[in-house]
Amino acid sequence: MALSEFPRMGFDPFAELRRMQSEMNRMFSGFGFATARDFPPINIWLGENSVVVTAELPGVTRDDVTLNLQDDVLTLEGKREPKQPEQNGNWQRRERAYGSFSRAIQLPFRVDADKVEARFNNGVLEVELERLEADRPKKIEIRAA
Amino acid sequence: MTQEVRTADQRTAATTAGSERAVERPVFIPPADIYETRDNIVVLAEMPGVGPDGVDITLERRMLTVRGRHAGSEHTGYPRVYNEYTDGDYERVFTLSENIDRDRIEATLKDGVLHLVLPKAETAKPRKIELKAS
Repeated sequence: MALSEFPRMGFDPFAELRRMQSEMNRMFSGFGFATARDFPPINIWLGENSVVVTAELPGVTRDDVTLNLQDDVLTLEGKREPKQPEQNGNWQRRERAYGSFSRAIQLPFRVDADKVEARFNNGVLEVELERLEADRPKKIEIRAA
Repeated sequence: MTQEVRTADQRTAATTAGSERAVERPVFIPPADIYETRDNIVVLAEMPGVGPDGVDITLERRMLTVRGRHAGSEHTGYPRVYNEYTDGDYERVFTLSENIDRDRIEATLKDGVLHLVLPKAETAKPRKIELKAS
């Protein structure tokens, strides 16, 4: 970072300018993404015969979430309760979001409802769903003429 | 009526002035709730994907630094087809308003949320001063 000529004067008129510049860079660095995000954010990973859905759900326990499967739509519903501070506590900062959430995820194929595995790992929910046997692609042999 | 959870903005990337990280992985500022009681300052920071051994907390004077290293969630053989979040590390620095008794700090990590209890130092606690009868 370029040092300005002013520090010996006891104040630096460019310090604020530099701070503003870095702030602007930070603001625009993520430009182009969606501005409002659905909660929870999800990722989908596609395997050969199964699909994995992961969702970031920090502070949500197993009992707070319900997963429903209908045909090829997976619904993720739940609620995150705000933590009440102990008596005589006052908030200095509240940035975490609370309330109920619901997301419907369209899966790329029909899945077997009996072969669904879901687990929580460090605040990340991972659901693995297996493709329905009847729905799997079949290889077709071409007979020699 | 229930309130719909919606994070108003995307995740903000942490920046350290003028420097770059050696590891090419995003660093996020974890959203945090902070409340103060008579005896403690409690910090709750969201760090999904961070395991208990990935947390690093330091307190230097009143500067509290919280770092979380993502445990990694590679799904080998499973290409990612839809993406709303990326894994990354977490880093945040707070300047506390009170002196902290650093020997009694308690930190727990549960469901991706760091729970930090910072007891105020005896000297920082409010004290009632009795008036002596003259």
